Amino acid sequence: MKTLSRIYVALMVFFLYAPVAVMVFFSFNSGESVWVFEGFSGSWYLSAFTNTEMLDALRRTLIVAILSATISTVLGTAAAVGILAFKKKITKNAVMSVTNIPIMNADIVTGVSLMLFFVFIGKIIGAYESLGFTTVLIAHITFNLPYVILSVMPRLKATDSSLQEAALDLGCTPVKAFFKVIVPSIKTSIFTGFIMAFTLSLDDFVISYFTCGHYQTLPILIYNMTKKTVTPDVYALSTLIFISVFVLLILYNIAGSKSDKKRGVA
Amino acid sequence: MNKKGFGSRIVASPYILWAALFVIVPLIFVAYFAFTTPDGAFTLSNIAQIAKYKKAFFQSVLYSLIATIITLLISYPMAYFMTKMKVTAQKMIMVIVMLPMWMNFLIRTYSWISILANKGIINTFLSRLGIGPLKLINTPGAVILGMVYDFIPYMILPIYTVMSKIDDSLIEAASDLGANSFNRLKKVIIPLSFPGVISGITMVFVPCVSTFYISQKLGGNKNLLIGDAIEYLFNSGPDFYNVASALSLVLMIMILVCLFVMNYFTDSEEATIL
Amino acid sequence: MKRFLSIAICLLLVVTLFSGCGYSYVELDLKGKYDRSLEGTVLNVYNWGEYISDGSDDMMNVNKEFQKLTGIKVNYSTFESNETMYSQIKGGGVSYDLIIPSDYMIERLKNENMLKKIDVKKLQNYKYIDSKYKGLFYDEKEEYSVPYNVGMVGIIYNGALIDEPRHSWDVLWDEEYRDMSLNFSNPRDGFMTAQMLLGQSVNTTNKADWDAALQKLKEGKDVLQSYVMDEIYGKLETGEAVIGPYYAGDYLFMKEINEDLEFFYPEEGTNIFVDAICVPKNAQNVKAAMMYIDFLLEPQVSLANAEYIGYASPNTAVIENPDYYYYQNKILYPDEKDMPKRVEYYHDIDPKIRNYYENLWIDLKLY
Repeated sequence: MKTLSRIYVALMVFFLYAPVAVMVFFSFNSGESVWVFEGFSGSWYLSAFTNTEMLDALRRTLIVAILSATISTVLGTAAAVGILAFKKKITKNAVMSVTNIPIMNADIVTGVSLMLFFVFIGKIIGAYESLGFTTVLIAHITFNLPYVILSVMPRLKATDSSLQEAALDLGCTPVKAFFKVIVPSIKTSIFTGFIMAFTLSLDDFVISYFTCGHYQTLPILIYNMTKKTVTPDVYALSTLIFISVFVLLILYNIAGSKSDKKRGVA
Repeated sequence: MNKKGFGSRIVASPYILWAALFVIVPLIFVAYFAFTTPDGAFTLSNIAQIAKYKKAFFQSVLYSLIATIITLLISYPMAYFMTKMKVTAQKMIMVIVMLPMWMNFLIRTYSWISILANKGIINTFLSRLGIGPLKLINTPGAVILGMVYDFIPYMILPIYTVMSKIDDSLIEAASDLGANSFNRLKKVIIPLSFPGVISGITMVFVPCVSTFYISQKLGGNKNLLIGDAIEYLFNSGPDFYNVASALSLVLMIMILVCLFVMNYFTDSEEATIL
Repeated sequence: MKRFLSIAICLLLVVTLFSGCGYSYVELDLKGKYDRSLEGTVLNVYNWGEYISDGSDDMMNVNKEFQKLTGIKVNYSTFESNETMYSQIKGGGVSYDLIIPSDYMIERLKNENMLKKIDVKKLQNYKYIDSKYKGLFYDEKEEYSVPYNVGMVGIIYNGALIDEPRHSWDVLWDEEYRDMSLNFSNPRDGFMTAQMLLGQSVNTTNKADWDAALQKLKEGKDVLQSYVMDEIYGKLETGEAVIGPYYAGDYLFMKEINEDLEFFYPEEGTNIFVDAICVPKNAQNVKAAMMYIDFLLEPQVSLANAEYIGYASPNTAVIENPDYYYYQNKILYPDEKDMPKRVEYYHDIDPKIRNYYENLWIDLKLY
C-alpha cells in the first residue's frame, strides 16, 4: 500500500511537471522552435532580457498586481469589519452573495460585463478611449476583493471581542483600539488575502483581455505571442519567473517552519 | 457602538459602493445588451439565436463534465495519500501541487502542444520505436486533457484540506468497531470529505465550461466551445455584442443553477465559498 | 512573512530592470531629417502580426529606430485579421494613431466615417509609391491611405512530405491531406477559397452564392486539421501540417526557415490585396503618425521591411533596387504571363450581405 501510494504521488507529480519540464527544456533550445529541439543554448535568456516589449509588459503586470492587491486588501479588510457589524441577517447575506459573484461567475462573463460598462462610461464622458490602466486596475481590484474578504472574515469572527472592549475600557479610541488590538490578531489572514490577490492579479488573463486596452500585461502579451510563432524567449522569461517563485516558496517555508519551532518552544 | 462587531458598519460602505458599481451594474449591462438590438430597441431575437449555439453549449458541458470527473477521480486518491504522509512531507507536496499554478496559464497550456503535436515529444518518441504517429493534438481528448491539467490543483487542494481535518479518532473508532479499510473509506472518509469534493467540482467545472483558450490551442480551432463563441463574437464588432451578451447571460445563469444545485448537496458554508 | 513579500517584489523588480542592454543598432543615416519636437509623446500603432522588421536576425528594428530618431515612443500592437482590428476600433475601448488594414476594410472604415483625411502631399517620401498603387478603388482621391504592402494569396505546401499537388483550391478538400491541411480562420479569406473553386465573384451580393460557398466549406471542414492565421508559420515550418493557403510574402518568410516549403497560385484564380497605412478618426497623435508614415516610406526602412516581411512592396525605391533580396522575385512580382488567370480584390459590400456572410462563418465554426 505504501509503495503503491508513493508511485501514485510520483506519477501525479510527473503529470503536473511534464509541461513545466518542457518549458524549461525548450527555453534552452538554440533553434527558434518550441517543438523541435536543435541544440543547447542560453541565448534566449539574453534575448528575454533585451526584449523591451516583454519587460514593459512584466512591469505593467507587477504594477497592477501590487496596486490592486494593496487597494483590495485595505478595502476588503474594512469591508469584513463592516459586514460583521451588520445587525440584520438579510443585509449581511445579501452583501455576502454579491461578494461571492466574482468568485463564482465565469471569468469571461466578469470580463465582458466590465468591458461593456467601461465602454459605456467612456462614451458618456466622451473619452477617446475607454480602456486602459485605470480600467484594468479597477477590474483587478473587483475580482480580488472577495478573496481578501473571505480570507479575513473567518479570522475576524473568531477573534475575541473582549480584547477590543478591554482596550476601549482602557481609554483607547475605537480606531486606535482596532489598529492596536484587532489588526495584530488578524494580520496573518490579511497577509494571506494580500498574497492571494497578488497571485490572482499576476496570473489573470481573461478579465485583463477584455479590459486592458493599450495597457497590455504579460499574460496578454503571451496570448498575442501564441497567436503567432512562439519563440523560446517567452519560455525563458516564464522559466525565470517560475524559478523565482520556487525559490521564494522554499524561503517562505523555511521561515515558516522556523517560526513554528519558536512558537513550539514558547 | 455595536457590541458584536469590531467597528461600525460604515467602514463597509466603500466596498458596498464598489461592488454595486463594478459587480452589479456591469451585469445589468450584460442583461440589457442581451435584450436589445444594436440600436437599443427591445428584442428577444438574441435569446432566440442561442438555439444556433446549442452544439457549442452541449460540447462545453460535455467536455467539462468529463474533465471534472477525471480530475476528481485522479485527485481524490492523491489527496488521500497526501494526508497519510508525514506533516513535513505534506507541506512539501502542497507546495509542489501549487507551484505549477504560478506558471502562466497560457504557457502551461501551450507547452502541451510541444508534447502532443504530430512532431511533438510523444510522437517523436513513438516513431523511434516504430509506432505511430498517433493523432493526439487537435482532438477533444487534448482539450479535456488541457482542462484537467490546468485546473487539477483546484480539485486536490479543497479535498486535501477537508480530509486532513477529519479527526483520526473517528477512523480509529470505525476500525475498533470492526470496519476494514474499504469500509472505513466508504463509511467515514468519503462522507466526511464530501464538502471538499463538492467545492472541488465547482472550482473545476466553472472555469472549464467557460474556457476559450484551451480549445483554440489544443482542439484545432475547428469547433467553438461556448467561451470561444463569446470571445469570437466580441471580437467581431459591436454589431455582435448583443448576441454575445445573450450567450454570456445564459452561461452565467447556467453556472448559477449548477452552483445552486451543488449548494443543495452540502450545507457547509465554507466549502462552497472556497 | 513581510520578508517574504519584500523579497518577492525585489526579485521580480530586478528582473524588469535588466532592460535595454545588448542591442546592436543597424546604422541609419537620417539625422536631421526628422525633428524631435514630439519627443516623449506616444504613438499607438496597430498592425498585422509579423508585419514589420523587428530586429530579429540582425535586421533593423524599425520601431526602435524611429524612437531613437524622433524620441517618440512607439506603442506597437498587432491584430490577426481585418475583422478583429475593425472590432477593436469600432468598439471604442482603445484608440490608435495609425493602423494598417487591407483595401476592403479601408473602404468600410471610410464609408463609416472612421478615418481621418491625410495630406499625402505633405509626406516627403510619398513620391516613392508606385503610381499603379495610387488612387485605387478604396481610396480614389488619395485622401486616406498610403500603400504599405501588396500581395496575393496562394497555397504553400511541404515538398519534402508530399508530392506536388494539383494547382487548385480543391487540394484543401482532398482526403489525401486529411488532418494535415489548414485553411484561413477569418471569414473573408476563408470564403474566398470556396468561392474561387465555385467560380463565384468574391464580392457577390447574392445570398445564394454565399450559401453555396458555406456548403462547400462545410464539406471540407472534417478533412482540415485546423483553421489558422499566423499559427500557420509554426505548423508549416515544423511539418506539423503539410499544406495550407496563406499570403505569398509569408511563404518567402517561412521558406527562409524551412527550405522544403513550396508555393503556387491556384489556377482558378486568387485574391489580390493592398494593405495601406491609415489614420483613424480618433487618433490622438496625428503629427507623429505622419512622421511615422514618412519614416516607413524611407528607402532604407522600406527595404528592411520588404526583406524581413517578404511581401511585395509598392515602394519604387525598393522594387528598383538591384541589391534588394527579392529583386524581381517571380512569386512577388510575377510577369503578366505568370499571373493567375483571375485576380480579384475584395470590396466592401452591402452591410446586410456582410452581416449575412459573417453569420454564415459562425455557422461554419458551429457546424
